Amino acid sequence: MTIFRRVGSECVADFREDEVRVLRKVAEEVVGLLTDGFDREDPVVERLFPDVYPADAKDSAEFRRFTEGDLKTAKIDQAGAVLAGLPEAGKGEVRLDPESAEAWLRAINDARLALGIRLELTDDTVVEYELEEALEQDAGSARVFQLSVYSYLGYLQESLLDAIIGMGGNGR
Amino acid sequence: MTAAPQTVPVDKPDIDEASEFARPWVTIVHNDPVNLMSYVTWVFQQLFGYSRDKAELLMLDVHQKGRAVVSAGARERMEHDATRLHSYGLWATVDRQ
Repeated sequence: MTIFRRVGSECVADFREDEVRVLRKVAEEVVGLLTDGFDREDPVVERLFPDVYPADAKDSAEFRRFTEGDLKTAKIDQAGAVLAGLPEAGKGEVRLDPESAEAWLRAINDARLALGIRLELTDDTVVEYELEEALEQDAGSARVFQLSVYSYLGYLQESLLDAIIGMGGNGR
Repeated sequence: MTAAPQTVPVDKPDIDEASEFARPWVTIVHNDPVNLMSYVTWVFQQLFGYSRDKAELLMLDVHQKGRAVVSAGARERMEHDATRLHSYGLWATVDRQ
């Protein structure tokens, strides 16, 4: 699997063709959820845009009225940075400057949150066991695909974060 | 997030001094099964300028207790903090202290 590495101030990785395809699909699905498919009742939207006052629907709605547009735009831009950074077609190298690297990190996190809701993951879920179980039931199921994408994205996010922290600069 | 032992108490969150005359509000981060421990720690460092040790203890607090206060001060500032946390995908709410 692909690992991000630090080259100067950039995070660099060589992606295989199937990885490029999966990442593009995932980023496009996130953009879809945030644009034409935006549905306040969708549990994924509830998770990406949490109520800031869970006990006060009126205050939450008022707050959302002022902030949701900007937050949505930021999340669409993040997913867009992934699409922009991927090779046009086939396999290829991805080079991310510090700003793009952070956008990728947040976008991958949004995609994992969305998948986590769809997969109904809980604190007790061990993804490896879930995947084994799903494979036994039906190796070609959508759940097998989603669980493997979820695992892959977690791995990719950790590797990108390691590369970003290696950037130093903030010294923390 | 995956568990790890906590051996040192968490520092109290940074308090907005100007807000001591206003009613106290807090930003709370809730645990969720998806966010990586390393990522949550990094977000706390980025957003609040906390040291790695402090950010990590705060992250463990969220993970083990289910929620933790990450900042305190004027209501508007807490709402701002919550929005920034949402932009990183953390589950944050605002409440009275």
